[in-house]
Amino acid sequence: MDKITVENMNLYYGNFHALKDVNLRMEKNKITAFIGPSGCGKSTLLKSLNRMNDLVEGCKITGEIKLDGEDIYGDMDINLLRKRVGMVFQKANPFPMSVYDNVAFGPRTHGIKNKKELDQIVEESLRDAAIWDELKDRLKKSALGLSGGQQQRLCIARALAVKPEVLLMDEATSALDPISTGKIEELCLKLKDNYTIVMVTHNMQQALRISNNTAFFLLGEMVEYGSTDTIFSAPKDKRTEEYITGRFG
Amino acid sequence: MREYFDKDLDKLNNQLIEMGSLVEKAIKNTVDVITSDKDESLDFAREQENKINEAEKSIQNHCIRLLLHQAPVAKDLRYISAALKMITDLERIGDQAIDIAEMSEYINNRTTVLNMTHISEMASKAADMVTLAIDAFVKSDLELAKTVNKHDDVIDNLFDQVKDETVEIIHNDRNLGTEAIDLMMIAKYLERIGDHAVNIAEWVAFSITGSCDIK
Repeated sequence: MDKITVENMNLYYGNFHALKDVNLRMEKNKITAFIGPSGCGKSTLLKSLNRMNDLVEGCKITGEIKLDGEDIYGDMDINLLRKRVGMVFQKANPFPMSVYDNVAFGPRTHGIKNKKELDQIVEESLRDAAIWDELKDRLKKSALGLSGGQQQRLCIARALAVKPEVLLMDEATSALDPISTGKIEELCLKLKDNYTIVMVTHNMQQALRISNNTAFFLLGEMVEYGSTDTIFSAPKDKRTEEYITGRFG
Repeated sequence: MREYFDKDLDKLNNQLIEMGSLVEKAIKNTVDVITSDKDESLDFAREQENKINEAEKSIQNHCIRLLLHQAPVAKDLRYISAALKMITDLERIGDQAIDIAEMSEYINNRTTVLNMTHISEMASKAADMVTLAIDAFVKSDLELAKTVNKHDDVIDNLFDQVKDETVEIIHNDRNLGTEAIDLMMIAKYLERIGDHAVNIAEWVAFSITGSCDIK
């Protein structure tokens, strides 16, 4: 079942045509990976999935992006969209506040004030992000004192706290050591039972290890999309073959 | 951009060509052993078998190292996995060539009473199939790989003929029972060599297209 569909989508930054006629269906409870060389448009597409590009001056989008069949660029409330489609960035960006307040920030913004309810959300989110055991005794300590890997998992917990349906991950492990990366990859595999995950990665072994489907982008065009196993064992397009085998890029 | 990886792949290609050529020689020698009674052919067969076994080990190590260091994908992955599978078939062909050569020694002195025509034909056909499969690999030629499969039907028919002849030999002269069974086993080995050649052709196809289909 498709969670997100992108239809005939074009994106322009001023005169620059950044995404060209993209058509893509992202399945529910699956991990979809976007790969391609720098500047190919993969992060631009990812950001379009929860309208992060709205803030970019001169950005114009045509075509449609639908979440459960509803056009996200139509009448959908943008705050509601971002609650349903959460995002984790390349660099962990915890707020300069306690671990607890970081995770409770989203639910509070959406009106939850009850302490007991917030306690429960914080614990569940930290458990889902596989970091509860490490942080349960440090909930009141500043999040800025955590290691890079812990900060990134805290950001995932913060994203999960508002109960999103989709999690967008933009190079979420590229600044982490192999152990932290491994933990987040395991986490993604666990989370996909309840969430739909879309990730941008430069690490092709990571795409291979955890994604179900892979889309390859080049110069704003989606060159090839299919099951990750097929893309990495017998790609149809010569450009995909050349990129993943390291002949260019 | 991937100069070292490409050099390593070239090395693998050369190693496979070399192992293929050793196997071709081993089979051609087997044909000689069957059709003549030269003692030195058996020594040569043993020497070839050792070289083939060494080649298999060396290629296997090279492939495992490439898998470990390069984490290959797409056609690189297909090529290296196909190489790993092909060397097993090549090594088995080498084993069967020596088995045939050793067995031929026992029946050579009775070839005057045994009909060796179809066995010789099978041996030469098996050698052709292996040569074709190796050529298909060297040239990365899918059409050539497909022709290997067609030859297999011929070898299977010859095998059936040898089987009938074996029954006839035993029927006509019970004293030739042991030789007849040896003959039958040689035919079976040759038929298996044909099957291994088909396997190699299938791996050539896999390496090119991602599918083992050569029909």
